[in-house]
Amino acid sequence: MSTKHDQRLSPPGAAPQASSLGGRGQEASPISEPVIELEGVSVCLGGRTILQEVTFTINPGEFIAVLGPNGAGKSTLLKVLLGLIRPSAGTVRLFGQAPRRGNRLIGYAPQHRTLEGALSLRARDLVGFGLDGHRWGPGWFPAGGRRRQAIIEAALAEVDALALADMPVAHLSGGEQQRLLIAQALLSQPRLLLLDEPLSNLDLSHEQEIIALIARLCRTHGMTVLLVSHDVNPLLPVIDRVLYLARGHAAIGKPEQVITSATLSALYGAPVEVVEALGRLFVVGVDI
Amino acid sequence: MISLLSYPFIQNAFLAGTCIAIVAAVTGYFLLLRGLTFAGHALPNIGFAGAAGAVLLGLDPLFGLLAFTIGAAIGIGLLGRNLRERDLAIGILMTFALALGLLFLSLYSGYAERVYSILFGTILGISRLDVLLSFGVSLLILVSILLLFRPLLFSSYDPEVAEARGVPVRLLAVAFLVLVALTIAIAVQIVGALLVFTLLVGPAATAGRLALRPGAVILLAIALGLLYTWLGILLAVLSGTIPVSFFIAFLSFIVYLPVRLIAPRWQRRPQQPGLLPAAGAGLSQQASAR
Repeated sequence: MSTKHDQRLSPPGAAPQASSLGGRGQEASPISEPVIELEGVSVCLGGRTILQEVTFTINPGEFIAVLGPNGAGKSTLLKVLLGLIRPSAGTVRLFGQAPRRGNRLIGYAPQHRTLEGALSLRARDLVGFGLDGHRWGPGWFPAGGRRRQAIIEAALAEVDALALADMPVAHLSGGEQQRLLIAQALLSQPRLLLLDEPLSNLDLSHEQEIIALIARLCRTHGMTVLLVSHDVNPLLPVIDRVLYLARGHAAIGKPEQVITSATLSALYGAPVEVVEALGRLFVVGVDI
Repeated sequence: MISLLSYPFIQNAFLAGTCIAIVAAVTGYFLLLRGLTFAGHALPNIGFAGAAGAVLLGLDPLFGLLAFTIGAAIGIGLLGRNLRERDLAIGILMTFALALGLLFLSLYSGYAERVYSILFGTILGISRLDVLLSFGVSLLILVSILLLFRPLLFSSYDPEVAEARGVPVRLLAVAFLVLVALTIAIAVQIVGALLVFTLLVGPAATAGRLALRPGAVILLAIALGLLYTWLGILLAVLSGTIPVSFFIAFLSFIVYLPVRLIAPRWQRRPQQPGLLPAAGAGLSQQASAR
């Protein structure tokens, strides 16, 4: 599809490390039940095979970067987990159960685009959708109106955005809106956070802030995180494993195991070189 | 003025106009939010074809209006979210309906007054029965919107997350457009098919630029809708010959214009010192990270 796949990767520690992070988290306990189990999962959409016999397991508290070229099925995978897309083959288990819509154990922030008509929506309104936006009725006379606001403000504080509470969403920058979407996703007190490209359209310092924030949620709340990204560089200091998708296939493991010429060549089905240059790793040589 | 209000037909106009102004403002708010203003323009025109067809068959135009607007609303609701494709499909549907309306008109040899009133409204010829009908349908629409309020708002702003949270997004889209179709069916009798759009979009568009939260926008839109309708009826009665729809559209325009011109004041971001400072360094790094 694209001409050259030039995903840049750097070895752990090469990217500037956010100060608030304590490096890699501890390994998830092997006894506890996996959060996500995929076995032989295939997804066909419109006659095209997006995922083909994908199998992997993700344990509680893991921070996973989901990588791969455009169209590799990263967003599709998240939608399978959310119960929005049914796989054509294989089994998916989340917390031991089949995926279903409206699962409160999952917090989800989709790929961000400007919210339409967001001028007349305040940050706290947007975040509040995560609490009761799915409930019927107007919700104008809740017994705990103050309690509702307290919960929303706690979520805003969690993402360091309490000062933005009464700002119109349209006035906020990409990084600030991303915080709000994460706060919204946190409101159902999820145990699994699915974030689709939360780092796109962010400048470097905001990127670091968002990564630090997500890593903190993962470590202090024991939340499992799947973060879709184009660039693994800034994530290397904080992630446990990477899930690399290409041509419908998946490879999962520690970054240093997956992001190698051998593994990626097998995944792409074409010769791929992982080259280290300028203190970063580059994936080069694929014409897809 | 007080004596004017004692005329039953003027009372009827005010009562029906009040119901319609309220529901049009509320559904109009969601139309704007969902990027469906073009559908709001197309539905009355499609309804006109239905009304013309009903007149041709010797039926009450309201039945034709309802059949066509609800049918089209369900179709548009099922079209999905791709804005460009959806608006193209709506445009083609609308021109087809207009062509049908033209055909029905040319086949109809009777008195054109009834068709004219569908196009431009007949607020001063409204019966008590029409008022009761408007009231009943308005109540139905408002109660429905209240029941759907939170998921409708959520899915208007962020359909993807709403869907993931278990909101039946597509069903809501269809249900909402059916409510719009009902609004249009009762509003057509007052402002006419050509100017329903004014009552649907005018108040909400102005309110959206003034108020900062959804509830406030809706209340302000209702207030503006009532203002336009009441003043419009009053001016039409005083003028004697100029139709109500002209005044409503005129008022809507002259209020929107200054608001639109002043609105940049609201759209600019207030200064927030010390909050999430932007990156000073790292321009070159950012360039390499992409």
